[in-house]
Amino acid sequence: MPAVDIETAAAVAGDRGTGAPTLRRRPVAGASTPPGDRLFGWLTASAAYFVLILLLGIAVSMAYGGRLAFETFGWQFITGRDWDAVARKFGAFIPIYGTLVSSAIAMLIAIPTSLGIAIFLAEVAPRWLRGPIGIAVELLAAIPSIIYGMWGLFVFAPVMAKYVEPWLNDHLGPLPILGPLFTGPPIGIGMLTAGIILGIMTIPFIASVMRDVFQAVPPTLRESAFALGATPWEVVRKVTLPYTSSAVVGATFLGLGRALGETMAVTFVLGNAHDFSKSLLMPGNSIAAAIANEFTEADSDIYLSSLIALGFVLFVVTFIVLALAKLMLVRIGRNAGTKG
Amino acid sequence: MNPIVRNRQIVNGIVLVTATAATLFSLFWLVWILWTTVSQGAAAFAPSLFTKMTPPPGETGGLLNAFFGSAVMILLAVVIGTPIGVMAGTYLAEFSRGSRVAGVIRFINDILLSAPSIVIGLFVYELVVRQVGHFSGYAGGLALAIILLPVVVRTSDEALRLVPNQVREAALALGLPRWKVTTKVVYRAGSTAIITGILLAVARISGETAPLLFTALNNQYWTANLATPMANVPVVIFQYAMSPYDSWHALAWAGALVVTAFVLTLSIVVRLFFRQRTPR
Amino acid sequence: MLNILGRLRLSMLLAGACLAGAAHAAEITGAGSTFVYPILSKWSDDYNKMNGDRVNYQSIGSGGGIAQIKAATVDFGASDKPLPPEELAAAGLGQFPLVIGGVVPVVHLEGVKPGTMKFTGPVLADIYLGKIKNWNDPAIVQLNPGIKLPNSAITVVHRSDGSGTTFNWVHYLSQVSTDWKAKVGEGTSVQWPAGVGGKGNEGVAAYVNQIPNSIGYVEYAYVIQNKMDYAAVRNSAGKFVLPNAKTFQAAANTADWKNSKDFFLVMTNAPGPDAYPVTATTFAIMYKTPKNAARSAAAIKFFRWALDKGQAQAKALDYVALPPALVKQIETYMTAEIK
Repeated sequence: MPAVDIETAAAVAGDRGTGAPTLRRRPVAGASTPPGDRLFGWLTASAAYFVLILLLGIAVSMAYGGRLAFETFGWQFITGRDWDAVARKFGAFIPIYGTLVSSAIAMLIAIPTSLGIAIFLAEVAPRWLRGPIGIAVELLAAIPSIIYGMWGLFVFAPVMAKYVEPWLNDHLGPLPILGPLFTGPPIGIGMLTAGIILGIMTIPFIASVMRDVFQAVPPTLRESAFALGATPWEVVRKVTLPYTSSAVVGATFLGLGRALGETMAVTFVLGNAHDFSKSLLMPGNSIAAAIANEFTEADSDIYLSSLIALGFVLFVVTFIVLALAKLMLVRIGRNAGTKG
Repeated sequence: MNPIVRNRQIVNGIVLVTATAATLFSLFWLVWILWTTVSQGAAAFAPSLFTKMTPPPGETGGLLNAFFGSAVMILLAVVIGTPIGVMAGTYLAEFSRGSRVAGVIRFINDILLSAPSIVIGLFVYELVVRQVGHFSGYAGGLALAIILLPVVVRTSDEALRLVPNQVREAALALGLPRWKVTTKVVYRAGSTAIITGILLAVARISGETAPLLFTALNNQYWTANLATPMANVPVVIFQYAMSPYDSWHALAWAGALVVTAFVLTLSIVVRLFFRQRTPR
Repeated sequence: MLNILGRLRLSMLLAGACLAGAAHAAEITGAGSTFVYPILSKWSDDYNKMNGDRVNYQSIGSGGGIAQIKAATVDFGASDKPLPPEELAAAGLGQFPLVIGGVVPVVHLEGVKPGTMKFTGPVLADIYLGKIKNWNDPAIVQLNPGIKLPNSAITVVHRSDGSGTTFNWVHYLSQVSTDWKAKVGEGTSVQWPAGVGGKGNEGVAAYVNQIPNSIGYVEYAYVIQNKMDYAAVRNSAGKFVLPNAKTFQAAANTADWKNSKDFFLVMTNAPGPDAYPVTATTFAIMYKTPKNAARSAAAIKFFRWALDKGQAQAKALDYVALPPALVKQIETYMTAEIK
């Protein structure tokens, strides 16, 4: 088994400089691999392949369960706007659109906030405050998502309805182009509320990676910039960000991956309406929410199959997003050589 | 002062103030959500929460059976998921350097990491519940294990890759076989980080509702039999929160408070512990 | 961390101790309708105290209940939507009603007192179709001469998740409005022409309470517990009736159970001068010749006890007991059909 021979080519793009040995143990004639090594290598390899097979198993079972929907509707399943359980006609355009839009709102909130947190921790906060603030921000990731959902439904949505949305209606509603996004009844649930909650949930994922890569910038680079008289912001903009750009982009994609698949928090506040609306104040739907809301009551084979097919579509979307994230992360290995 | 310099100073000031505001913005949500949970949960927070079983509406009771069931299933998930996860992480970090397969497995693992938990619940439902013919605690534990697995794989991979090469080289130079080097030396060096990963994974699965509803179902009664439907906190919270009765609402919030407190404590302890041992 | 490990170890010990001491009482699993979850949990608790059997019922939704009993992963399913006799026969299943409730329109209007608003089925259908958009629409004003209705848009609230509540609501709308029947139809989840969705009855109740000038529909228990502004609905006899135990029972009395094979009957728009038009029943669904006969028999025993002795508990939780004639019919059915 080749995996057991320690054939380690160090410094592969994306790998850390530290880590596994650069030893090369060539198979010497007469000296075979010790049986313990063979067994251990086999054990670890099978565990790793198990992970591979597990995901493939899940993906295949989704595709298999959804085949009836894909066969029946074809591309209509992706582009169709009807989601009618009574007429048994299913098109996933609205949930796909809702997933992408609510995740986009989440990113609009999470990326600048995370960047701000990273800058705060790197340039503003006194040393003793960095640890506690860092932990506090990461705690946002530790709150179970059902609690985000309950808080969203009982506490946050009424605030949105009473204060935020009427203000948006009055002040942003009349604007050209942007206006239609912010007109609609102030009911507190919908794309905007869901997007904001998703944004809060993704902040810790993006912020903690940003903080880590900011810290990985070699001090000499920053110090030389400071020595030239640069302000802290100029150091961030001209030194830190260019140096870490790919990792920052990669982090946002990982956060996006998390936002795309979030279920419980979104189901409570999105409204599960299969109508297309330009307004962000109107209810929409998302893939994960549609599955969670409707799976238990799906009463025909084609309905059930369509929901499972939705799950498969989400896999494909996540796959694409993560592939992009990986590309960004790999590029960093080539460009800058920081941690990837 | 030179106007250009002054402008740069002003821009800098604005950015730093904005950055501080962004930090306060995120802390604001944390405080708000925690405050909601504490103030709502405090009402039903009494010793009986930990000594009594889930009651019918309108009667006093607690969540003992749910806490117990959750603990058992989380433990089961750890028992199933940890060895496989650490092994897979070992393969990625120690034995597969530079191979293309390792890249693919890491990628697949990351997809698994962000797969929606309800999809994993459905998978286990088809795989176990349908085949065996009933809902069970072990199906629930298995679903949680699949959610825990990729977290452990990723963290142990990272942890082992952080162990300096010299450690391995020194051990190999003593003539130890490779597997002994890994288990006796490298694991020891990376143990704190691996444990951190496992506990973070536990934090992640403690609040999961969606994968349990169609695997463990839930149970109104105390059961320690893994082959029967098993009570668990997230599903109880969900069902009680959606009911019309105030007594159930209060219990739901109290349960939410306990879960959040547990996960937060775990996260804080893990992070303090981790930071202490491994200087950045 | 040691603490956590210690706690887990303690739980394991407890687990062992409990396994050893487990009694030999029957363990019955049921799943389905969210509507009956509170009362079944109450019945189960009382029954358990009496004879030790443990009936574990979990609310996963009516559709889920049907799917799970068909997959034989539970001993009984519960559904707000009855299965047609052919479907039951094909799967070897039997069904019978458990308890009565009602789906009630609720409004949030400034200055309107509970029980004063009046609706007819067609008006409700037009509101939910989005054809009547404003509270001072002549159709509503005409029905409510004494009430000052605002000139503001109606926010329609419906369920976001599939549910038996929705099934009964749209089943009623389909019966009274040909337009609704043609454009939307009936089912546990439909393609709503208008409005916003709340998750669960609780979500709908929360939205109606939060959003001024809104209308929604919830189970009766939520109306009582949340003190919501319910409305009267005109029944098929032309009388406006308020939702309450009496009018629900009137509907159950006048509904034609006698001629319904396997109790396949949705009570909406029941005849009779006092019948509330959106009265609903939850059905238990079981195998006629089950895999596990002992557990099934124990479940039947439990249901007999509940139908016979469980009325007081049902009333306390704002459910309505089945009329005696119907209970007798169910008991005959259970003896004859389910082994």
